[in-house]
Amino acid sequence: MKLIRRLSALALPLALSGCDLVVMSPSGDIATQQRDLIIVSVVLMLLIIVPVICLTFYFAWHYRRSNINAKYDPEWHHSTRLEVVIWAAPLAIIIALGAVTWVSTHRLDPYRPLDRIDANRPVTPETKTITIEVVALDWKWLFLYPEQGIATVNEIAAPIDTPIEFKITGSTVMNSFYIPALAGQIYAMPGMQTKLHAVMNKEGVYEGFSANYSGDGFSGMRFKFHGMSNDNFGQWVARVKEQGSALNRDAYLKLERPSNRVPVTYFATVEDGLYDAILNLCVKPGQMCANEMMHIDMMGGAGKDSHENRKRLEYDTRWSADAGPGATHPATGHGAKEPTQAEGVNAPAEAPAGHEGHSVAPDQLNTNPKP
Amino acid sequence: MFTNTNLMEFIFGRLSWSSLAFTHDPIILATFVVVVIGGSAVVGAITYFRLWGYLWREWFTSVDHKKIGIMYVILSLVMLLRGFADAIMMRTQQAIAFGANEGYLPPYHYDQIFTAHGVIMIFFFAMPLVTGIMNYVVPLQIGARDVSFPFLNNFSFWMTTAGAVIIMISLFVGEFARTGWLAYPPLSGADYSPGVGVDYYIWGLQVAGVGTTLSGINLIATIVKMRAPGMTMMKMPIFTWTSLCTNVLIVASFPILTATLVLLTLDRYVGTNFFTNDLGGNPMMYVNLIWIWGHPEVYILILPAFGIFSEIVSTYSGKRLFGYASMVYATVVITILSYIVWLHHFFTMGSGASVNAFFGITTMIISIPTGAKIFNWLFTMYRGRIRYEVPMYWTIGFMVTFVIGGMTGVMLAIPPADFVLHNSLFLVAHFHNVIIGGVVFGLLAGINFWYPKAFGYRLDPFWGKMSFWFWLTGFYFAFMPLYVLGLMGVTRRVNHFEDPSLQIWFIIAAFGAFLIALGIASFVIQIVVSFFKREQLRDTTGDPWNGRTLEWSTSSPPPEYNFAFTPVVYDHDSWYDMKNRGYVRPLEGFKPIHMPKNTGTGVILSAFSVSLAFGLIWYMWWLAALSFIAIMVVSIAHTFNYKRDYYIQAETVTATENARTKQLAEQA
Repeated sequence: MKLIRRLSALALPLALSGCDLVVMSPSGDIATQQRDLIIVSVVLMLLIIVPVICLTFYFAWHYRRSNINAKYDPEWHHSTRLEVVIWAAPLAIIIALGAVTWVSTHRLDPYRPLDRIDANRPVTPETKTITIEVVALDWKWLFLYPEQGIATVNEIAAPIDTPIEFKITGSTVMNSFYIPALAGQIYAMPGMQTKLHAVMNKEGVYEGFSANYSGDGFSGMRFKFHGMSNDNFGQWVARVKEQGSALNRDAYLKLERPSNRVPVTYFATVEDGLYDAILNLCVKPGQMCANEMMHIDMMGGAGKDSHENRKRLEYDTRWSADAGPGATHPATGHGAKEPTQAEGVNAPAEAPAGHEGHSVAPDQLNTNPKP
Repeated sequence: MFTNTNLMEFIFGRLSWSSLAFTHDPIILATFVVVVIGGSAVVGAITYFRLWGYLWREWFTSVDHKKIGIMYVILSLVMLLRGFADAIMMRTQQAIAFGANEGYLPPYHYDQIFTAHGVIMIFFFAMPLVTGIMNYVVPLQIGARDVSFPFLNNFSFWMTTAGAVIIMISLFVGEFARTGWLAYPPLSGADYSPGVGVDYYIWGLQVAGVGTTLSGINLIATIVKMRAPGMTMMKMPIFTWTSLCTNVLIVASFPILTATLVLLTLDRYVGTNFFTNDLGGNPMMYVNLIWIWGHPEVYILILPAFGIFSEIVSTYSGKRLFGYASMVYATVVITILSYIVWLHHFFTMGSGASVNAFFGITTMIISIPTGAKIFNWLFTMYRGRIRYEVPMYWTIGFMVTFVIGGMTGVMLAIPPADFVLHNSLFLVAHFHNVIIGGVVFGLLAGINFWYPKAFGYRLDPFWGKMSFWFWLTGFYFAFMPLYVLGLMGVTRRVNHFEDPSLQIWFIIAAFGAFLIALGIASFVIQIVVSFFKREQLRDTTGDPWNGRTLEWSTSSPPPEYNFAFTPVVYDHDSWYDMKNRGYVRPLEGFKPIHMPKNTGTGVILSAFSVSLAFGLIWYMWWLAALSFIAIMVVSIAHTFNYKRDYYIQAETVTATENARTKQLAEQA
């Protein structure tokens, strides 16, 4: 490890001092370990690549036709010894790299809770952690803080040296949640949840953005990540609570509509179960939640009643139904599908907390009022 | 669809005046004007010189693998110009769109451009060029008179062309997809991309895919069944080996693409839910399926390039290829491994650590046979006597450039490193590094290498070297800044930036793209200059480079029947072997040669395929139905065509061969 640090100290100034190579000089422990991997792999591979490039130039020069002093042996085309070296040398490098890959992929698995805050400080049972729920919308980011009861758009803050657990989902299409200074990216996908564990070690303001193309407003899907001291984070939460409005289902449904370059917005309160409803595609009143359907399916299906459920599970068509612009606004002006109203009624669907345990099993023929 | 009583909508479907893209976009209007003027000039010239009949008889309906190969290459070069125009537009936009400047391409237009660039460069530049060169060279290398199924070959070419035509129509009528070149759902689904763009994408690829798959089958059959007597598998030229592996990959992987696009089509047209968010659809399945095709596709492109470099290194070093057997094994191993690495394209989609690690390690394993190949080329040069003709320049440029791309590829194969590099400009730089530095360099080297065989005169070396140096330096200027930008955390497909410190790198990259433009221009000039200097550059021997394989044993250009007598093979590098043994050309005893006859069915079927696709894209159901019926009728009618073959009379063969004898005698 010391060697790596020395090498990186060497490599960094070499690598273009003027500009900010955030990937090579990150501020969070996970991204730092990922950076170290890049350096290790490059050094390992240069062991073989530098000789190859040098040999190419040397042979190309030495065996040119005009150099009649060079040995010419038109029938020489095989050497077992050389063949062994040719295959063994890359093999040796790949065995080393493969071992590094296996270990590091498991150690830096984004789903794995952290076991260290940085190289010198392990995570202990007393270490405070924080959970942030991330929703990729068209085309902005919504962050919910379940422990603080607040939410923000296009701004995220977290105390430094505190392990963060991100739970990530989306509303329409695939995005990728990426804060280069903090940790590697992971996709944000509607109806699904991915996770990322990371920790920030230095105070500061860092760039975050979507790293997977998602339509018209993709370029503007940027936000700032604020690494703060514990006190400052407390003040930030207080400020959000003071300045923010309420985020209930109605407010979310308005927020969810496509919009570009949305300014930072604060929400002082968040309706209960909103994140689970977003994850299960059932924020809109009357929608059936995906996990409810999964449960019904798991119990053997709803038989003929599933036909009625079908309409309440339709999710993607809801914009063409309102003749609003889709994620990519059509040039033709009309949608490809017949507008089908996601008809629903009255009471918001009851979203059971997560579908892992199925502890609160909904009724076989769900309890929501039918249209 | 039949509830619609509006006549206009019945006839024109979704198509209306406002669909014509040039009515509301000045850039497209200008392009349209240029295309109309250029197109009318070409059509006018052909009509004026009364060339239509000649083109129809000698080229469009030809089943000669050599002519079809040349037509593939022409198609690919035309599409290169289109794809490169897209590249220049993107580079310009990214170089100027900072801060208050929004650039000149709004997202609506920009997103179509990067999608079109990817689709065109892979499917309609690289693929036809690879197929074209294989088509031309493989039968000659194995001593055959044509491919196994000559009509199928003509049909495949025209289906590929039909796909290209469909994509080109989207430039002016309607729009192209705004989804990225692989059209991930849900973005490409009916709900988030309701326009015609994705439909153009789907039908363009489906139609071209028919051609690609069939030509794969054709070339496999050709290589397996039609080799000259004595040419065992382990005596095949290395380019034929790589072609065989490439076509196996095509036949095994393109059906996956077809099936995946069919599922997406069903989602878009009839409302199934394979890849939707709701109702049990799973977009991640699409991503898996498309890359199960997509990764082998990369090797479909690079393997023939490896084969071309092998032939070139060996020829210009005046030496047999080092480690032929290990080269063959390396190629086969790459072919197999290319099927078990696809997940490395989406480590960031949340698979478990063991799955990611497995695919990361299989990816790295591919670098072992690839590394072995590089060493084999290196040791072919060792103790050689290297002649620096233009193809050899490309080869050296490739060897140095490609190992850098290989290195960054292995970096991306380490999942945790990929988490910080995925989708960044580092990734963009990586795959351009291997595709330009590997595939494009290889194909341009191949064109320079085999051009004298195809046309009877060499390409002008001065402009060839100009082209090489512009491409090489242009590549480094265009893509090294992207590596840097990737490490600065800049992601791909962004059309506007806030941070002004990035701008200088984008300007350097744009300068690189400009140099590549000069490289392409030099290549075009090279072809034009060579045409005018053709008497000076004439190759009368049929063997301008002191070649080693059978294609150099016949005249340049080869007669229609390739070989008057089928050659007999005793060793590797058969032509070199024949020359060493004091081979004497037979001068008499020529027999009539059985040959396939031209047919226009391929052209007709492909034309109806275009109208079928157009009908489906615009919901003009009557047009689609009529076109489909027409395709069926023409196909069935063609089975009753019994005039499929003819004989080249012995006198004709004798006359042709005597002319060559005379030419060779003058030479001596």
